[in-house]
Formats: sequence, C-alpha cells, structure tokens
Amino acid sequence: MLEIKNLHARIAEDETEILRGIDLTINAGEVHAIMGPNGSGKSTLSYILAGKDDYEVTEGEILFNGENLLEMEPDERAAAGLFLAFQYPIEIPGVATMEFLKTAMNAQRKARGEDTLSIPDFMKRVKEAAGHLNVSMDMLKRPLNVGFSGGEKKRAEILQMSLLEPKLCVLDETDSGLDIDALRIVSEGVNKLRGPDRAMVVITHYQRLLDHIVPDVVHVLSKGRIVKTGDKDLALELEKNGYADYIDTAA
Amino acid sequence: MPAVQETIDKVKAIDVDQYKYGFVTDIESDRGAKGLSEETVRFLSAKKNEPEWMTEWRLDALRRFRQMEEPTWARVSYPKIDLDDLYYWASPKSVEGPKSLDEVDPELLATYEKLGIPLREQEILAGVEPKNRVAVDAVFDSVSVVTTFKEELKKAGVIFCSISEALREYPDLVKKYLGSVVPVTDNYYATLNSAVFSDGSFVYVPEGVRCPMELSTYFRINEQNTGQFERTLIIAEKGAYVSYLEGCTAPQRDENQLHAAVVELVALDDAEIKYSTVQNWFPGDKNGKGGIYNFVTKRGDCRGKNSKISWTQVETGSAITWKYPSCILRGENSRGEFYSIAVSNGYQQVDSGTKMIHLGKNSSSRIISKGISAGKSQNTYRGLVSAHRKASNARNFTQCDSLLIGQDCGAHTVPYIESKNASAQFEHEATTSKISDDQMFYCLQRGLSEEEAVALIVNGFVKDVIQQLPMEFAVEAQKLISISLEGSVG
Repeated sequence: MLEIKNLHARIAEDETEILRGIDLTINAGEVHAIMGPNGSGKSTLSYILAGKDDYEVTEGEILFNGENLLEMEPDERAAAGLFLAFQYPIEIPGVATMEFLKTAMNAQRKARGEDTLSIPDFMKRVKEAAGHLNVSMDMLKRPLNVGFSGGEKKRAEILQMSLLEPKLCVLDETDSGLDIDALRIVSEGVNKLRGPDRAMVVITHYQRLLDHIVPDVVHVLSKGRIVKTGDKDLALELEKNGYADYIDTAA
Repeated sequence: MPAVQETIDKVKAIDVDQYKYGFVTDIESDRGAKGLSEETVRFLSAKKNEPEWMTEWRLDALRRFRQMEEPTWARVSYPKIDLDDLYYWASPKSVEGPKSLDEVDPELLATYEKLGIPLREQEILAGVEPKNRVAVDAVFDSVSVVTTFKEELKKAGVIFCSISEALREYPDLVKKYLGSVVPVTDNYYATLNSAVFSDGSFVYVPEGVRCPMELSTYFRINEQNTGQFERTLIIAEKGAYVSYLEGCTAPQRDENQLHAAVVELVALDDAEIKYSTVQNWFPGDKNGKGGIYNFVTKRGDCRGKNSKISWTQVETGSAITWKYPSCILRGENSRGEFYSIAVSNGYQQVDSGTKMIHLGKNSSSRIISKGISAGKSQNTYRGLVSAHRKASNARNFTQCDSLLIGQDCGAHTVPYIESKNASAQFEHEATTSKISDDQMFYCLQRGLSEEEAVALIVNGFVKDVIQQLPMEFAVEAQKLISISLEGSVG
C-alpha cells in the first residue's frame, strides 16, 4: 500500500535535514508502529506523507497504491485515502464539528466522483460512529476543537478518521495528552478500524499505546533513519532499555 | 454544508475578479443638471414637483455646504472628487413619476430580473400564498422606477413609497421627520446629500402595526458620471415593527462613481426597526481602477422608551467605503445594535463602524464587527460609544474581530469610548487573526480544496453576524462574501 524509498527531506525554511534515507514498506492490513526519541523525524515523516508545505523532499520517492504520492496535493491525498490524525488538532472557530464532518466527507466523495450524502444517511453514520467514541451531540454542535479538552480533541480526530474511512491511517502521537480512560476509548476506536484493506502507521514515544493498539511491526527511528525493525516485542525492549543503544548505532 | 458547496460552485462558475453585476443596461436616459449649483438644485426640485419648502431646504443646504470642508480623518485616500463634473440627475426616459408594474419599461424589469430582484407581486397560485414575500422599491440612477405591494401594505396602514412620492403625497410627515436625525449640516457628505438628494425610500408604520412583509429597496447606478444621492426615511410609530433591507449594485466602469446617501430612522416608544444592508457596489478592478465611492450617513434615533434599532450590514463592494450606521439611544431602556461584516479585497479601502450615543437611562447597545481583508486592501473599524450624564446604567458590549488573508492587506481598529456617567458599563474586545497555514493544511488534509477551506473558515468567522440577517438573505450574503474573496488564497 505504501512504499517509501530512500526518502531524504529537510525543513524548507532553513534547510535543516531531518530525514536521511528512509525505506519502509507497509502492506494492506498491517499496523506499523514508529518509535523514536524527540527530534528523530517521526512527526516530519507524518507531515511529508500528508503533504505539508514546510518540508522539501530532496531525494527518494513515496508510492501510495502505486501512485506517486509526492506529486499529489494534500486534498488529493486525502481523497485517495490518506488520513493524518494530528498530534495537535487545529481549532476552526465558528464551524460546528458536525458541519466540518459533512463538508469533509462530501468534499472527498465529490473528488472521487461519488454523490454527496443525504442528510439522513449522514446523520446515521455520525450518530453511530460518535456513539462508539463517546462523543455527545453537544460536542458535535461545538466549533471544531475550540475549547475541547485534550481527550475530546483526540476523540474528534478518531471520529473523523472513522467517518472518512481512509485506506491509510497515520496517527501522530495520538496518545499524548490522554488519561487512561481516554486512551482506552481512543484505542478501541482505532482497533475497530483495523481491517484487511486498511493499513496504519502509529507514531508514538511510549509503549503504553501499543498495549492497546498492538502493532504487527515496530520500527525505531533515530536521526532520520530507521535503525531497527522488529515485532511488538521490540517496543517492550525499548520501554525497558530506552533509546540509548539505537541512538549510538545511528551516530 | 450546502451553503459552502453552493458558494464554491458559484465561485468556480465565474472568472477571477469578475464582478457579476457589472453589466450596463442599454436604455435611453435623461441626464441633466451637470455641476453643483443653485440651478441644479432648482432643476432637481422642479423635476420632482417638490413643494416650495423643500426647494428652500435644499438651497439652504447648498449654501451651508459651500462653507464646509471635506473631512480627512478617515483612513482612506482618493483623488479629489470634482463635484462640478458630475451629473446630478439621470433617469430612464420611460419613467415619468411612479407607475404600476405593467407600465414599467420591460428593459428595466429585465435588468432587475438579471440582478436577481424579481419585480413582481408574485402570482398567487391556486390560493396558495408564497411564504416569504418582499415588497421592493427599485431605484434606478436618480429615480424610483416602481414600488411593489404598495396597495397591500396600505391596507395594513403601512406607507412604502419613494421619497419623491412621499414629498408629494405625505408632505407633513416628511417635513416633520426629514433632517430630524441627520441635521442638514451634520457632515460634508450629508449636507451635500441634503442639497441634491435624488431618490430613496419612505416608510411609515403606524402605531401598533407590525409590517406584514419585509420591505426592501434596491439601488442601481447605471449612467456614467452620475452621482447617486440616496435619501431614505423610516418611521416606526409606537409599538410598530418593520424589517427593511437595502441592496446595491453598479456596472463595471473605469471611472469612479459617487454614492452619497443619508438614511434616517426614527423609532418611537416600544417600536423596533431592523435595517439590513447588503452592499455590493462595483469595487473596482484588480488593479484598483474604477469602483464606487460610497460616503454614507446612516443614523437611527431611538426616540421612545423601550425602542430598538438594529443595523446589520454586509459590505463587500465599493472602492471606498465611509460609513458609520449609528444609534442615538435617547429613550429609556432603548437598545441599539450593530452587526457588520466588511470584506475588502483588491485595492478596496473600508473605513466603517458605528456610533452608539447613550442619552437615556438603562439604554444598552451591542456591536459585533467582523472585518475580513484580503489582497492589497485596507479595512478599518472606527467606532464611538459614549454615555452622557443622564445615561445611568448604560451598557455596551463591543466585539471587533479582524481576519487577514494574505500578506499585503491591513486591518485597523479605532475604538473611541467616552463616559460621563459613572454607572455606565462599556466592554470592548478586539482580536486580529490570520487564516493560518495550519488551519488551511488541516482542512486540506481532510479533503477540502483551498477554496472550500477558505469558505469554511470565513463562514465560521462571520457566523454570529450572518445569523442576524433575515433568513432569505443569509445564504445570499454567505455566497457574496466568498465570491468577494475569490482568488485571495494560493
């Protein structure tokens, strides 16, 4: 589904090199965790996948279902089925969460040449998905992310993810700012979306998220390179020993 | 959200910086009274068959105008307007006094149809009355060409006609109220207007009457080199209610055109006037050439106890906007409201705001202003809130928000607050924000196109003002705002 080949990238503004040759292949149905210390390039990778302007790819390529991802605009990537759950979801004042959901769903449907959703159909989908994530009607009426607690923001992200039904979900530190209960609700929401046709990239610092969302593959990212790949036990080992070994390897 | 979708479709359907209402109606026109002079004033007054006292009133205004200087305090700049190079009278040849609908020139009816203002008293089909009927006064250059639903309104006791007709038919009412809110010498443009005003609407709602339908006036400037001097007067007697909407457009021309209006509202005890404006004058082309100079004095007098006047404006057009719809809160417990969305793009300059003058006890006011600047435009909110000595417990809440799109535009907020009464409570909040790259990226990541993202964010920003507009116009206004901002991102 996703093939990253020798990806090098830097910050556009000051040309600081962040990614230094990443190779990664993710197949449909797989969940990959990417772990690593601060500054290793985890978030940068997620932004480059989604198409944020602030980064420049200097070398390498990314194929998404065989297509050249880097040639697509951010909204085209979204319509093609790429979803990024933001570490810090953005506030949109005056725009009710419900309204945002409908605009986004219909925008993607339109881009794919599908009909827009009827109001009853839309409401049915929202109610069902919101129920699973413990998102109330009241919250859906509030402006998106404005005054939301940390937990509410993350639940709103997963709600969007489940309604937009992406092929590839990239979760950027979805566990940050969550207490135990919220972490459980969010993880259950994510697990419900696991399926043979969908792949996930879970970016996190900590093992604890991976207790709930159990990955098929774990990668350690350090200084812009993947320095170790293993199964879920690798995460447990990291939890015990820290990143020190791998940082040295990279250096 | 359907409004956003519709907006996008509309925006896509038109070319960049193409003003939708920029066409010219090819109609034979009488044009006269070039240059500002006593002769011009007499000519105008005679054309309109005005009573003697009106002619004198105008001439007095002209004499006073000669003593006045053009104000320079607003944050706008423009070349000097040569008042002697302007025509003060332009009228389609076919119009001779107010007519019934079937006598109106089909060319004019077609023009209004094209502008989306159907001038008909909708057919009543099989006994089913259409729900939202709006009576329209159509002002074309210097004259009112027709007013719809006049007869039906008359049955309710409501007078709705052009000010020219009112001067002939109801001279005592006009004489009593004209200039009582905006005095002849109020300011440079108001004085000019008092001397040479052409046409506008007159509304009188008698005691205890709730006006049975929305009233609206649609102003169109068609002729070249012609100033339009709108004059509107609305009176709500005790316990009366009226909702009024004003719309304006003009053809796309290379030279600038002047629109200097005066609008006066009077609300007596327990009366309420809701005045909404959707201003869409030609804003000039993308290089800043052409466009309307809009110098407007709008003021409401809450003369009676518990009276209420509410101004709602959506300003998207004009090369220059100089406009401060205000409320004099004279009556005890009177209430003034001002809701404004001012959108500027290209080289537009907007200096707009309001004045809330608290004179009566327990009077209250609320100001919500949303400025959106894009392109190379400058957008200033200028507002005054004052409490006089007797205005015990006067209350005001002001919120001014500015949204910047792009790097080359400016937003400015100039609030003046004066209180001579210690019990007055005034609150002022102001914010300036930019549509951030992060907001855009977030929306794009969810699949919205750039235009959809801007429309969504802007619609969110102006939401609390849009909600104040009469339902039928809210969607229209949303579309208009997005069209005005087209091409401002990316």
